[in-house]
Amino acid sequence: MGILNLVSSVFILVGSLSIIVGLLGVYRMPDFFTRLHAASIIDTLGAMLILFGLIMHHGISIVSVKLFLILVFILITTPTAAHALAKSALHGNLKPVTDDDYS
Amino acid sequence: MFEIPTFIILFAMMLALVSAIIGRTVYDKILAVNIFGTVTVLFIALFGFLSKRPDFLDIALVYALINFISTIAILKFFEYGDISKSSAKKEEADI
Repeated sequence: MGILNLVSSVFILVGSLSIIVGLLGVYRMPDFFTRLHAASIIDTLGAMLILFGLIMHHGISIVSVKLFLILVFILITTPTAAHALAKSALHGNLKPVTDDDYS
Repeated sequence: MFEIPTFIILFAMMLALVSAIIGRTVYDKILAVNIFGTVTVLFIALFGFLSKRPDFLDIALVYALINFISTIAILKFFEYGDISKSSAKKEEADI
């Protein structure tokens, strides 16, 4: 009870802090593609840590099966959406910032 | 123990909405709405545990589905100008 609760609390807290870190990256990055890179932290690290912490807190039941389904679905779909977004932005003539723009 | 992460996630939802409003291009706005959907799924899951009634997880699952489908549909509309058009011919012409 004690050690598992502590570890799941740490997982959920670190996950929500990594969501804040990803949003700071979205605000601070200079380019759309780097902003997309920062936003992928939210979709993978934040969602994985929070849902895994909730699974560990609740134990094995139908609720944890539903949480695991949400976890698998987010892990499949959000990289697909990020890839489609990058491809669509590149076809929409959005130029990435390179080293030449700074010199 | 769920109060602090729930408030942090509410703050993140607010930041995502502000980013959707002030985004320069349409892709920035789509990215912000996508982030908002993912964070909302996590918020629904956490709020079910906070109110000690985790029956809202079905709604979170459906919300994740709708978020993915809507992102792909909006991207297809802005890239090809039509949702129902086939994308095979234009990609061949590009290459």
